[in-house]
Amino acid sequence: MELNKLKAHELHRKLQAKEISAVEIAEAVFSRISAVEDKVRSYITLTREEAMEQARRTDEKIGRGETIAPLAGIPGAIKDNICTKGIKTTCGSKILNNFIPPYSATVVDKLSAQDTVIVGKTNMDEFGMGSSTENSAYFNSRNPWDTDAVPGGSSGGSAAAVAAAEAIWAIGSDTGGSVRLPAAYCGVVGLKPTYGRVSRYGLVAYGSSLDQIGPITRDVTDSALVLGAISGYDPADSTSANAAVPDYTKALVPDIRGMKVGLPKEYFVAGMDPEVGKAVYRAIEQLKAMGADYKEVSMPHTSYALAAYYVVATAEVSSNLARYDGVGFGHRGEGNDIISMCKRTRTEGFGEEVRRRIMLGTYALSSGYYDAYYLKALKVRTLIKQDFDKAFEQVDILVTPIAPSPAFKIGENVDDPLAMYLQDVCTVPINLAGVPAISLPCGFKGNLPIGLQIIGKPLAEETILRAAFAFEQSNDYYQRLAPLGGA
Amino acid sequence: MDYEIVIGLEVHTELKTASKIFCGCSTRFGSDQNTNVCPVCLGLPGVLPVLNAKVLEFAVRTGVALNCRILPFSKFDRKNYYYPDLPKNFQTSQYDLPIAVDGYLDIETSQGTKRIGITRVHMEEDAGKLIHSGSITKSEYALVDYNRTGVPLLEIVSEPDIRSAEEAKAYLEKMKAILQYIDVSDCKMEEGSLRCDANISLRPVGTVPLGTKAEIKNLNSFKAVQKGLEYEAERQAEVLGEGGKIIQETRSWDDARGITLSLRNKEQAHDYRYLPEPDLVPIIVDPAWVESIRQNLPELPDARQGRLIKDYGLSAYDAGVITASRAMADYFDATISAGADAKTATNWLMGEVSKFLNTSGQSIEECPVGPQKLVGLIALIDKGTISLKIAKAVFEEMCASGKDAETIVKEQGLVQISDEGKIVAVVEAVIAANPQSVVDYQAGKERAIGFLVGQIMKQTKGRANPELVNKLLRERM
Repeated sequence: MELNKLKAHELHRKLQAKEISAVEIAEAVFSRISAVEDKVRSYITLTREEAMEQARRTDEKIGRGETIAPLAGIPGAIKDNICTKGIKTTCGSKILNNFIPPYSATVVDKLSAQDTVIVGKTNMDEFGMGSSTENSAYFNSRNPWDTDAVPGGSSGGSAAAVAAAEAIWAIGSDTGGSVRLPAAYCGVVGLKPTYGRVSRYGLVAYGSSLDQIGPITRDVTDSALVLGAISGYDPADSTSANAAVPDYTKALVPDIRGMKVGLPKEYFVAGMDPEVGKAVYRAIEQLKAMGADYKEVSMPHTSYALAAYYVVATAEVSSNLARYDGVGFGHRGEGNDIISMCKRTRTEGFGEEVRRRIMLGTYALSSGYYDAYYLKALKVRTLIKQDFDKAFEQVDILVTPIAPSPAFKIGENVDDPLAMYLQDVCTVPINLAGVPAISLPCGFKGNLPIGLQIIGKPLAEETILRAAFAFEQSNDYYQRLAPLGGA
Repeated sequence: MDYEIVIGLEVHTELKTASKIFCGCSTRFGSDQNTNVCPVCLGLPGVLPVLNAKVLEFAVRTGVALNCRILPFSKFDRKNYYYPDLPKNFQTSQYDLPIAVDGYLDIETSQGTKRIGITRVHMEEDAGKLIHSGSITKSEYALVDYNRTGVPLLEIVSEPDIRSAEEAKAYLEKMKAILQYIDVSDCKMEEGSLRCDANISLRPVGTVPLGTKAEIKNLNSFKAVQKGLEYEAERQAEVLGEGGKIIQETRSWDDARGITLSLRNKEQAHDYRYLPEPDLVPIIVDPAWVESIRQNLPELPDARQGRLIKDYGLSAYDAGVITASRAMADYFDATISAGADAKTATNWLMGEVSKFLNTSGQSIEECPVGPQKLVGLIALIDKGTISLKIAKAVFEEMCASGKDAETIVKEQGLVQISDEGKIVAVVEAVIAANPQSVVDYQAGKERAIGFLVGQIMKQTKGRANPELVNKLLRERM
């Protein structure tokens, strides 16, 4: 039995029954990492010592007969833009290559309170800006289903680690699809909660009004478990929702009879891979067969979402990333005075895509352009929210593809930022609206997974988990493990 | 041509909350460098601000005291600019929806009461402090102290209703008094808890359109505000008089040289690229809460001045001086409730107490002679134990030693001599020693008696009861 290939809820049962120990699980995970990490490259930093120490502590608890939390002793990975006290947090950027936070993010504190075991910090597109991890300042992560293909991004390291059984679960962040897209490309489950459901305190900001932390797991049950562990009101995050956290596992009933499912036709964009369309329609048929009411809906402003997103997100980027000036922390470039030092720091420290987005956002906020770009984008954002409000008057969930195609080859889109941005076309409207969405496998093209997106009303995580669980249990995609093939 | 001066003031005041605006760090002034800091005010990656509820309360209280409208929906924005004392390289401030708008305050001018409009009051965070080795231009490096970073500020912007440097000073003094009365700020200009920038322009008398303005910074005292604006008005008048044009620019007041110098012009002006602060939720103010703040507002300077005039018969001038600062007015009230007569207390406050504060540079709170001690001194005069003249000397000694009046009088044997027998002896001795003065007096030279009184006082070390001396001397002449 390879413990690292089991799900968290399976391991939890075995731990409680004292069939296995937390140390054995951690050892299985680390030996898997030793075996495949050079092919997958999920991690920027591994925290083996701390992990083994935590596993031992959990075993002691079990030994004393104490009840343990659902994720106690279960090894997981944290995206490298989430602050971990005393552990380097780089955001995939050179500018933070020496940054060791003096504090932990609220999600990390919550996971520690559950006695989870943290395996390490995962690779990502720099500051979350990218769809492939090719914008990491360190290296590319690879797709465990085809190591010539990208794992998706920006939480590519987290998704690859879970798909490659190098972690049981992982935490990612999603600003425009950064949890859901890599989850889809890697054939695992990724959930972007409602904006405000999970505290952002300690998540290094990319687009503050869009960012949300979410779990990446191997099945829907684990998604519910991790979501439950990280959700909740946080007084340190003014934008966090003051709403009770339900037991999400209670929503996992394979019964969706009478659930109203909507298909927004605008999400089936021109140029979409026909295999993706087919897989999504097959999924709809399956949901119908299970008793869901199906209805086509229209969300007329969808085609403006990508443009609005790239104005709103980059405007926030231009302000959020201003603090990396070499003065207080992080990389510092040489310079004779403050201005040359700051310029050198930012030129050396930021990669091309980050610089591009800072410039885009700076331009959009500049006097004389503000109304035409930023203000207009905010108005479009309101229209997109209204599209969702109207759709949810008619249906309980919306079902769409995650991306127009399965994972692309490494290097395929690097010279064409617009082609890269197009990967986000089905995911960014969800962030603009702030609603929750889950991504889970609904088929394959060759050996590459295809992702299905299920979108819900604000704070209706239970509804999308239930639909996702019902769909998952009606097929075996989630039981397949990546072969770690390719070159 | 005659010009009219048009001035608008931007006042920044530090709020006296215990903790900073967006984190729990202390706001204490004078702590060791970089000790009142945390990840939030240092702007470390990943941190988020949380609004200090006290800051909002103080802002609303200020808005209400300045007769403003409190906006029911207000928000924070980011003002983006790079400066090493600003860790996030943006200042969280309020842009288009400030907490309070459309207020006013009244000032006294030589032409009577004048109303100055308040455009807006908004909340924002303060920046840190740069420390250079030697002069800013020659320093090899700059060090940053982040203790002040995130200290809450209010920016209060006036309408361009001010017409002279004198009025600007009166406005600032009134503003300071109000902020102190409502207990939101210490308003210590020397510690930077009250700062002022001024916009000033000229226009030909009788015309309406505003002239091109200059913004004057670095006005670090009330005197600097007045002198800086006087200088700038003259400079602009000179430029215009020579047919020149005023450039829209920011100028800095050089206090030592007594001139303003150009800092940057319009082309070099910052584009702050404001955007709504996504990490804070909009502020929705409950009107009932605003009303309760209005109901519980402390007595304001104008009302207190009116009360002193009405209840104690003080002149408008005296009442104005005493109520100019809340501490002085509180001092006055304390002496009254400790039993002093209002007129006497006023004379002491306007006289010896003010003189001491001016020469020592101390504030009334720091004055070693508190209301109780002053009342003790006044009681000694009233009882006839010491004369007013001696009392003034005792007051000086009280300031220097911190002792109370009775102790000093006892220790130094200053008790007034009211024993007729003792005084008569001295009077007769002095008359005997100065026959010429007696002759002069009898010849009608009234001044001669003054000389004799002086001699008697000299011999009694000033302790003789002056009224008795006068009486006994005249009887014997």
